[in-house]
Amino acid sequence: MTTERTAQASLAPVQTRTRRRLPSEVNILLVLLGIALIYEVLGWIFVGQSFLMNQQRLTIMILQVSVIGIIAVGVTQVIITGGIDLSSGSVVGMTAMIAASFAQSAAWTRAVYPSLTDLPFIVPMLVGLGIGLIAGLINGALIAYTRIPPFIATLGMMVSARGISKWYTKGQPVSGLTDDFTFIGTGIAPVVVFLTVAAIFHIALRYTRYGKFTYAIGANVQAARVSGINVERHLIKVYAIAGLLAGLAGIVTAARAQTAQAGMGVMYELDAIAAAVIGGASLAGGVGRITGTVIGTIILGVMTSGFTFLRVDAYYQEIVKGMIIIAAVVVDVYRQKKRKT
Amino acid sequence: MPSPATVSPPTMAAVRASGAVPNAEYLLTVENVRKEFPGVLALDDVSFRLRRGTVHALMGENGAGKSTLMKILAGIYTPDRGEVRLKGVPIRLQSPLDALENGIAMIHQELNLMPFMTVAENIWIRREPLNGFGLVDHGRMRRMTADLFKRLNIGIDPESQVRDLSVANRQMVEIAKAVSYESDVLIMDEPTSALTEREVAHLFEIIRDLRGQGIGIVYITHKMNELFEIADEVSVFRDGRYIGTHLSSEVTRDDIIRMMVGRELTQMFPKETVPIGETVLSVKDLSLKGVFSDVSFEVRAGEILGIAGLVGSGRSNVAETIFGMTPATGGSIEIRGRPVTIDSPTTAIREGMAFITEDRKETGCLLILDVLENMQIAVLQDRFVKGGFVSEREVSAACAAMADKLRVKTPNLYERVENLSGGNQQKVLIGRWLLTEPRILILDEPTRGIDIGAKAEIHRLVSVLAKDGVAVIMISSEMPEVLGMSDRIMVMHEGRVTGFLDRAEADQLKVMELAAR
Repeated sequence: MTTERTAQASLAPVQTRTRRRLPSEVNILLVLLGIALIYEVLGWIFVGQSFLMNQQRLTIMILQVSVIGIIAVGVTQVIITGGIDLSSGSVVGMTAMIAASFAQSAAWTRAVYPSLTDLPFIVPMLVGLGIGLIAGLINGALIAYTRIPPFIATLGMMVSARGISKWYTKGQPVSGLTDDFTFIGTGIAPVVVFLTVAAIFHIALRYTRYGKFTYAIGANVQAARVSGINVERHLIKVYAIAGLLAGLAGIVTAARAQTAQAGMGVMYELDAIAAAVIGGASLAGGVGRITGTVIGTIILGVMTSGFTFLRVDAYYQEIVKGMIIIAAVVVDVYRQKKRKT
Repeated sequence: MPSPATVSPPTMAAVRASGAVPNAEYLLTVENVRKEFPGVLALDDVSFRLRRGTVHALMGENGAGKSTLMKILAGIYTPDRGEVRLKGVPIRLQSPLDALENGIAMIHQELNLMPFMTVAENIWIRREPLNGFGLVDHGRMRRMTADLFKRLNIGIDPESQVRDLSVANRQMVEIAKAVSYESDVLIMDEPTSALTEREVAHLFEIIRDLRGQGIGIVYITHKMNELFEIADEVSVFRDGRYIGTHLSSEVTRDDIIRMMVGRELTQMFPKETVPIGETVLSVKDLSLKGVFSDVSFEVRAGEILGIAGLVGSGRSNVAETIFGMTPATGGSIEIRGRPVTIDSPTTAIREGMAFITEDRKETGCLLILDVLENMQIAVLQDRFVKGGFVSEREVSAACAAMADKLRVKTPNLYERVENLSGGNQQKVLIGRWLLTEPRILILDEPTRGIDIGAKAEIHRLVSVLAKDGVAVIMISSEMPEVLGMSDRIMVMHEGRVTGFLDRAEADQLKVMELAAR
């Protein structure tokens, strides 16, 4: 490891221009390429065609994980603070339902709010983002001010938000959405949303005070407090952003499916956490990057897509996916142990 | 690796269990033990002997090596060099369990009980009596505990949960637990620090009783009167070295103090005489309920106010309260004559304060982040930020200049701080605060655990800052540091200020007298 060099060896004045270490994303990128190449080889052997040289397959693959990716961008920030967000999947379901109810067209006879149909696209959009934001604010406030562990606070939100999405229409799906609204789910729009969100928060984490404080809190919350950071307020911000992004993911999910159902987004939170951890985020806090999470998300997509391509039984897919997530965390723990000795 | 001459702890334990261990006069002998930690020589050629049926006090200033020695005896540390003999048999303890099974029990200052388990469960953990089904026999365990408590004259319900007990009662449970191992050696680390007078009297009764049974007790204390009340012998340590052992009946309080502090002041402390300016910080009757009370002092521009006192005297708590980490429950703070309310570090920083905390790792360093990220974190509160975006180039340049000025030894600014030596980590933290251009600098143990070279550099730096008109408060357990650097010394004892000493009149004896009452 490049960081193993002892600091005391050098007596030269501190250099400002030395480049940062090789980013850890390179490793993850290599893993991604490795997995893709394995599929490529297996593809030629067992299926008789290329895995990678198929643009349609790659597009579908990225489309499938875009929603997970949007959530994962928020979850990564939570994980960097040393926390966890289990509620994002349920918030997806809740916002999908509520946003969709404000996006129904007049042509649809069973609208949730018959008097509120054919609203401009911006209304369901703002409603969805608002719901997500509120869920995130509640998570953040609970964690910051009652000091209950993030796991518990967001577990409660996970259960309640799922309950709200079922209660909202007594389990009925919300359909007949306007074309204006579903536009955000058509074509490669979800991918564009995902990558835009990723770019914004990559910049926020790297170049803004918000980002610096997020890493500082995750690295050592006591030291962050002593350094004058208002830890409570900052944590609320981070969880609010995670909620907002889960809301956005809910909107995209409903738009893409052209309907909303109470069961949408089940287990998405775990995929998002897995994407972040595979991408190098440490559950101990202080470590993680959006670029890594994006690659982690794509790895999840490639895995699923590759299994389908090789016609692996869906049951095996889940079994192997679980093992890969565990492997990623084992590597993370091992890396940390190595650092300490 | 154990040398061929040492007996392995399990063997020794088995021999002990068979009752075949010789009744040696010395229960425990330590010879020429040396223990080094990165950057610190904690014990240097230390020897020590514990006679059966005696209470042997260990005394010394903070950092003298008492705790390290104790941890070697209790199997928590293994010595780098030297020999430990148990009843004359060389032994190499590898773990606290080894020590326990060989009859050495330690009662830690921070109590190691499980709060949500009962007293009985805590005492017999790992050794629970089992019934015919291999399940824990709670009835028998309760009776065993009751017998034990009767023997020690302790009146605690074996079934109560530890979290419901007072600190004193927890202490009693710890002692009972140690006794339950039929230990020959008990190590007590400042056992009376949280006890009332009556509880202390009870503890001493128990100790005398145990002594009468032939048990040897290693007793660490800072309290002079306890030494003469309970100890038969006393060994004094200083700077990791063994100074001497005496019968407590043959020494006076002054002898002990002289042994504890008697060292030459080196030329390491270059506090220059600078003109002292106006009062910058004025603290009146500051109190934190249950921790310290009625603390009043002033610090002026260019002045270094040293705060001396033993660990637990409330020194650090006063600093934390002034800096808003634990807001005061009484009293007032004025900065340049203006009353201020400081309820968080954020407000303290806004008022021009900076605080280098005692525990570099716990409350200072962002260990897994790099030098740059560590240095910039405080100054980003109000500088180098435009519309939320950090002016990366400017802040990097400022940090690099600061790192150069402080002579931080690091390959570059992107080195993780955990890879730096203690002295360089401390310089990074000092740099973090100097970037905020503070007018009041509070340093808590600024040179603890760092090497001598870096120490001197930090002293020089603090002196320069005072010259530039910064008001400095420096808390330190190192007597020469306090005496050498301070213009004035405030001494604390058990949450109260016991006196102020001017630079001219202060010496180690006077400080110790105020600190140890």
